[in-house]
Amino acid sequence: MSKKTLTIALMDPPYESENATTAFRILDVAARRGYNLNVFTYEGAVSMAFVRQAAHPNPVHGKDLAQENHPTTKDQIAAVLAEAEKNGGKVDWVNCGMCVDERGVNEFVPGTRRGSPGDFHAFVEASDNVLVIPTK
Amino acid sequence: MAQYLLIESRDPFESNDVHYYYDLAKGLAEAGNQVTLFLAQNGVLSARPCMHSTSLSALSKSGVTVLADDFSLKERGIAKLAEGIAAAPIDVVVDHLAAGNKVLWH
Repeated sequence: MSKKTLTIALMDPPYESENATTAFRILDVAARRGYNLNVFTYEGAVSMAFVRQAAHPNPVHGKDLAQENHPTTKDQIAAVLAEAEKNGGKVDWVNCGMCVDERGVNEFVPGTRRGSPGDFHAFVEASDNVLVIPTK
Repeated sequence: MAQYLLIESRDPFESNDVHYYYDLAKGLAEAGNQVTLFLAQNGVLSARPCMHSTSLSALSKSGVTVLADDFSLKERGIAKLAEGIAAAPIDVVVDHLAAGNKVLWH
């Protein structure tokens, strides 16, 4: 079987919707298979790659930073990139530039880049399949 | 004949749109397509034996494969599934994408 190229478009911001969790689970499976992945983040989803995200302790529950072990989407993106590379796949993770500017989140996880909806069109043209996960 | 994977992430107790999606699955199957309905996130709440699961059991009998995301089930403590619904891993979504099937998210 030839190497597959899949495109996934995301729209939900981090820490608000379970869509992000499900999307990362899908990406993880595809990365483990060594598929090439194109990810286009749009609207609030561009904040997923914002590199200044920080884990935090939870004083309400009496947990320090390590105990809380708070996941960040920037680390999850880095993990997907690493898993894909380990298995021979490539990831092109594009954050919509206008959406980034609106939100001031223009510092990205290394390995992701700024782009436009035109990139999404190019992804669709070049992919074996596409999944769009819209906001509710 | 086309192959469809319809992913339902919404809770039918919260959104009336969900039953329209079930109807879409039924219509596609009746038109001769091969249809899988994959319940994820709060979409799995209807997989419990309940008033909404009767629709899913009927879908299963009409030829639609009805699956529920095992992770979402575990998160919600759902162990008992209604008739015609089976637990499945998220790999199902990647399988369908890789096969070139039509995959829709709701």
